[in-house]
Amino acid sequence: MNSITAAAEETILRVQNLKTYFPVGKSGGTPLFVKAVDGVNLTVKKGEIMGLVGESGSGKSTLAYTVMGIYSPTEGSIIFKGQDISVPSSRRSLSVKKDLQIVFQDPGSSLNPRQSVRQILELPLRVHRIVDRKNIEEKVVELLRMVELPPHYMYKSPVSMGGGERQMISIARALATNPQFVILDEPTSALDVSIQAKIINMLLKLQEKKELTYLFITHDLSLMRNIATRVTIMYLGKICETAPTEEFFRSPLHPYTRMLLSSIPVVSEEEEELKPKKVVSTGEIPSPVNVPPGCSFHLRCPERREVCMEVDPWMVEAEPGHFVRCHLYS
Amino acid sequence: MIVNNEKDCILDIRNLHVWYRTYGGFAEVLDGVNLMVKKGEKVGLVGEAGCGKTTTMRSVLRILPENAVVPKGEILFHGQDILKMKSQEINKVRTQGISMIFQEPSAALNPVFTIGTQMFDVIRYSGSGKAKSKDEIKELAVKAIREVYIPDPERILKSYPGQLSGGMKQRVCIAMAIVTDRELLIADEPGTSLDVTIQDQVHRLLRGLVEKKGMSLIMITHSLGVAREMTDRIYVMYAGSIVETAETKVLFKDPMHPYTLGLLESVPRLTGGGMAEGIYGRIPNYLSPPQGCRFHPRCRLAAERCFEEKPPLMDVGEGHYVACFWVQGVI
Repeated sequence: MNSITAAAEETILRVQNLKTYFPVGKSGGTPLFVKAVDGVNLTVKKGEIMGLVGESGSGKSTLAYTVMGIYSPTEGSIIFKGQDISVPSSRRSLSVKKDLQIVFQDPGSSLNPRQSVRQILELPLRVHRIVDRKNIEEKVVELLRMVELPPHYMYKSPVSMGGGERQMISIARALATNPQFVILDEPTSALDVSIQAKIINMLLKLQEKKELTYLFITHDLSLMRNIATRVTIMYLGKICETAPTEEFFRSPLHPYTRMLLSSIPVVSEEEEELKPKKVVSTGEIPSPVNVPPGCSFHLRCPERREVCMEVDPWMVEAEPGHFVRCHLYS
Repeated sequence: MIVNNEKDCILDIRNLHVWYRTYGGFAEVLDGVNLMVKKGEKVGLVGEAGCGKTTTMRSVLRILPENAVVPKGEILFHGQDILKMKSQEINKVRTQGISMIFQEPSAALNPVFTIGTQMFDVIRYSGSGKAKSKDEIKELAVKAIREVYIPDPERILKSYPGQLSGGMKQRVCIAMAIVTDRELLIADEPGTSLDVTIQDQVHRLLRGLVEKKGMSLIMITHSLGVAREMTDRIYVMYAGSIVETAETKVLFKDPMHPYTLGLLESVPRLTGGGMAEGIYGRIPNYLSPPQGCRFHPRCRLAAERCFEEKPPLMDVGEGHYVACFWVQGVI
């Protein structure tokens, strides 16, 4: 893990050995936990788009919510701009909250249907005193312009808008406070591809213009190929592999990554050739309450060995910057 | 208009219109759908949310909501119009001819009955109507569950849907759809609610079974990638009508309709190369849909004729049909 810390001078977010457990009752006196995030180390450098990919139940959203302070970590630390923020949201300073924003997956439930767009966008402006009271309307219009919506949208209710437009409002709300770091939690997975393309393009434009850092959570590897600078794969609360995008897609190392890549339905022959051959997806994701011993992927792994059933593998740097947590490489 | 002179055609949907009665008036959702399925053919129906894919397929089984009306069109199943059938006849189609797999397996299965109970019912009421003994029914159920690669069928039959994972439930739904012989299987986004590795398994399973049993398949999906892997022929749907259809290989080699092109461009590629612009605007309001070609407000190539007249689906060669004046060269 040393080379991760070596890049610390430009690191904006560092998550160390983060664990988020949820109690789910007891079995024979011993408390049971869902280990949603189980010992995650992750660094995000300033100005990059870190793609965090995993299937449902992998803990990617829990990780994001823990960073945001929606859940308190069970163990480990979250360091944002050199400041330890592994405390509940109520004890975080206003400036941290201003710099750290999130866009949720479903704009239908993250925007209040009883408020107008204007009310939705005003709140962060007031709380963080971004502009004077008399300039608020002007700023709301500016935010709408930023996401390419006409000014009269401020009188609309989110209910009367399409899914794509609603997500634009969510993005405008997140960027209202001029944050430095934005977590995007599957912002386009509820939308059609033609709308997704528009939103992604806008997010990329904004990232460049405002020098933002994104932690982009998704289950779509093809999307990550096009926008991320680095990709991290999560499986059952742990990180399996992380590498710069080019390297990641050129030589995926972890058997789970290869299984994921080979499962993606693609639309051209060139893409078909990129998919790892002869990896057939088998088995299902085990319940996070009952994680198998050893490597949590061993039940589905085509390259399973004896050691995988007993010993949990550790992260190794297989290539410079390319980390993988698998016994095949340690 | 697709000319049907094929003898082995199972399902032929002709100029189907479906409207929904709402407080704001009639929502004119389907605006002349033409679709044909041949014996043993795997057909993909591709389009974005709200384009009428599911409405089309629901009208085939006559399971539309009560506020739906069908002002025009025919759905011929072996030459007989499903829309004009008496309830006894349509039930025969549902129990012997066509079966359907729904998008959300947890909504398709009743949570308060065991898989066994639900499956036995399907077997009891489907097929030729011959009375079957309890043992025969169970044997068929166990065989079907084995066919979808679920180990330990006896245990599954005793479980409730809530005790199974999403992928498992979808396999059970597939088992129910194929447990008695059907000619046509309609799969409405069977993998959409599942994770990508599980989706891949379910799709492979479905394709294998359909091929093994010689059934025809209509695969409804919003993903061109899924359609490419699963089907022989693709129908691209936009705002209630088919805008383009061709054999899958031909469609991906030579897409023609501006909507198909925009859709294909919008798909992020595994090869990289950045993101396309997407398609301007959004799907129309069906209460007052645009005149002429319904795609014209979003089309880069729209000319005057497109505003006034709806382009027909015309053959451009190799069984490739496109509904666009621009492609037909008559603008």
